[in-house]
Amino acid sequence: MDTHVLILAGGLSYEREVSLRSGRRVLDALRAVGVDAALSDADVTLLPRLASERPDAVIIALHGAPGEDGSLRGVLDLCGVPYVGCDARASRLAWDKPSAKAVLRESGIPTPDWVALPHDRFSELGAVAVLDRIVDRLGLPLMVKPAQGGSGLGAAVVRDAAELPAAMVGCFAYNQTALVEQYVPGVDIAVSVVDTGEGPTPLPAVEIVPQNGVYDYAARYTAGLTTWHAPARLEPKVAATVADLAVAAHSALGLRDLSRVDLVVGHDGEVRVLGVNVAPGMTETSLLPLAVGAAGLDLGKLLATLVSHAIERG
Amino acid sequence: MTGTTLDDYTDRYAQRVRGMTASEIRALFSVTSRPEVVSLAGGAPFVSALPLDAVGEMLGRIGGPEHGATTLQYSGGQGDIALRERICEVMSLSGIDATGGASPDDVVVTVGAQQALDLVSRVFLDPGDVVLAEGPSYVGALGVFQAAQADVVHVPMDEEGLIPAALAEALVTVAKAGKRAKFLYTVPTYHNPGGVTLSEDRREEILEIAERAGLLVIEDDPYGLLGFDGEPVPALRSRRRDGVLYLGTFSKTFAPGMRVGWILAPHAVREKLVIASEAQILCPSMFAQTAISTYFATMPWLEQIKSFREIYRERRDALLTALTDMMPPGTRWTQPKGGFYVWLTLPEGLHSKEMLPRAIAARVAYVPGTGFYADGSGGSHLRLSYCFPTPERIREGVRRLAGVLGEEMKMREVFGTAAPGTRPAVSWTPAGTYNAAAANHPAPGLE
Repeated sequence: MDTHVLILAGGLSYEREVSLRSGRRVLDALRAVGVDAALSDADVTLLPRLASERPDAVIIALHGAPGEDGSLRGVLDLCGVPYVGCDARASRLAWDKPSAKAVLRESGIPTPDWVALPHDRFSELGAVAVLDRIVDRLGLPLMVKPAQGGSGLGAAVVRDAAELPAAMVGCFAYNQTALVEQYVPGVDIAVSVVDTGEGPTPLPAVEIVPQNGVYDYAARYTAGLTTWHAPARLEPKVAATVADLAVAAHSALGLRDLSRVDLVVGHDGEVRVLGVNVAPGMTETSLLPLAVGAAGLDLGKLLATLVSHAIERG
Repeated sequence: MTGTTLDDYTDRYAQRVRGMTASEIRALFSVTSRPEVVSLAGGAPFVSALPLDAVGEMLGRIGGPEHGATTLQYSGGQGDIALRERICEVMSLSGIDATGGASPDDVVVTVGAQQALDLVSRVFLDPGDVVLAEGPSYVGALGVFQAAQADVVHVPMDEEGLIPAALAEALVTVAKAGKRAKFLYTVPTYHNPGGVTLSEDRREEILEIAERAGLLVIEDDPYGLLGFDGEPVPALRSRRRDGVLYLGTFSKTFAPGMRVGWILAPHAVREKLVIASEAQILCPSMFAQTAISTYFATMPWLEQIKSFREIYRERRDALLTALTDMMPPGTRWTQPKGGFYVWLTLPEGLHSKEMLPRAIAARVAYVPGTGFYADGSGGSHLRLSYCFPTPERIREGVRRLAGVLGEEMKMREVFGTAAPGTRPAVSWTPAGTYNAAAANHPAPGLE
């Protein structure tokens, strides 16, 4: 009997549009290698559809909370439907950037110093005093971003303390908690990690060079605004460190099947892990498909292999 | 492998498309079609109020054996004469009639009024030319003027519509810059997004200023028959046979899915419009034109418009009442007497674009004011539309929006940040860059 895969895309997050594009790309890739696949939104139609279609496995191409906070994975567990990717617990951990950074640091994986604060703390303690303390402690420049969420939404680099309050307000429009970390100038790198049965393996690192210096939403999703180098133009020793740290981060967070680890090679030569994504983007301009291509692999075949593993796992 | 931008065509694009990029605002709007979200953003007419059984039967008939050989064929570039005659009948309701020189011969049928706007731009605008437009203005028009590489100069409005003195001032500003404004683009009746109507007194004043300056007036009138009080407001075109080009559409009085609009233009201009339209689309859809002619000939269309007016009036009332009941102090809004929209001014310091993610999280959507200015200013305003959601959903949407405003005000208070101040009375958006409005707005197809 042919394998039937249901791809979840859409959802009610800020990244719905990106997710729909990811889902379509995954659908095309699987169909190109002969896998029977279909797309579904994560709405009230999903559970009846899982019951009637009985897919052999699910691929989660949902970005934002529905796909990455672990909750939907928990529902799939309840329904007894296998899925590609990590389990609910690991997903929840990786989704919350401050929690993930804490695990990375405990595991000896370098990550920029940070503080994570909900907006209530600022109103209770006085924003000016707290922000001053943050600048004293972490220095400038800073990166402000929502504690949860991706695609660069709500994120801002702050080079002057006077810009910090506006950046905080912008960030809190997206999430209740802000992560403020040291901004490390350097080369942005993404390493996709896949496990096709032989343990977590790094794909070629992708170097990101945004035209205007900032890898924001437009730079991420407009072909032509960013130059990607795959493999990244790194010294062999640095490339090895980058790959090792990506696999270490994937393992430390208990991830499975595939993930994308974002890193920076600082001008000081040090490599730091910035974050991890358990439902990496699969759009035309996304990093994982670029890495798959650079490795000489076929996205459809790779996903089909991961699907078979998910089915075996049950 | 060397670097890739994933776009092999970057050095081949025309200047006018530079700056067309993915937009996070547009991405945020992708959730607004979901039923969980109360969308006060899009301007989709409530087509469910149409007699869809009868319309469906009619559409089947005109595409069937009796009429299909004609309706599925090409037609003339100017549009079908039967429809142009019907258009004159519709325009007479707005005071545009044969005594004022309105003839089917001077009507050009277009693919919605949007194509009409594009044709007008093709016929009149060279790169660097100046267009005057109300501030705020319809985003779909701003996109067309940008594509023509024109400069847009916004002229402010108040509760009585376009301010004549500001128009005169804008003309002086443009002249001082060594340029000439080619035309004034205006939606005088039930403005999108302003929700205001140009007062009777000002209509003549505006036309006189335009005449003195040799300024052509492009009157866009999609909502003119959707007034809530009494008779339709006579169009600017009803006062002048020359100097005013009138744009109309069936999108609001019948169905936007038909994509049929028109231009009424003086003879000489009409010739050029037809040739330009043929170059662009060959001819408007004969099927859609026949559908509309047949609808207007065989169904009680005036009664249907009355029904639309009642529906929209009830929804307008629901929105205004909810705003009065729930908006925080310092919020102001317009009181539309027709059309689809309310223009809301936020309490000081709030910014509608920056606030949008919080609104989406609260499951309510609006269009930030930044979508309606060519330079992307207008952040202290937002547009609410009441045409599509039910009165109950509108009230729920306003309840959510009030919560969003409250949270945002609290946040601004905590961090002591204020959004940029109000915009200047007359502002200048240079050509050559993609207008910021489009990136700050959902797809204009929802207009």
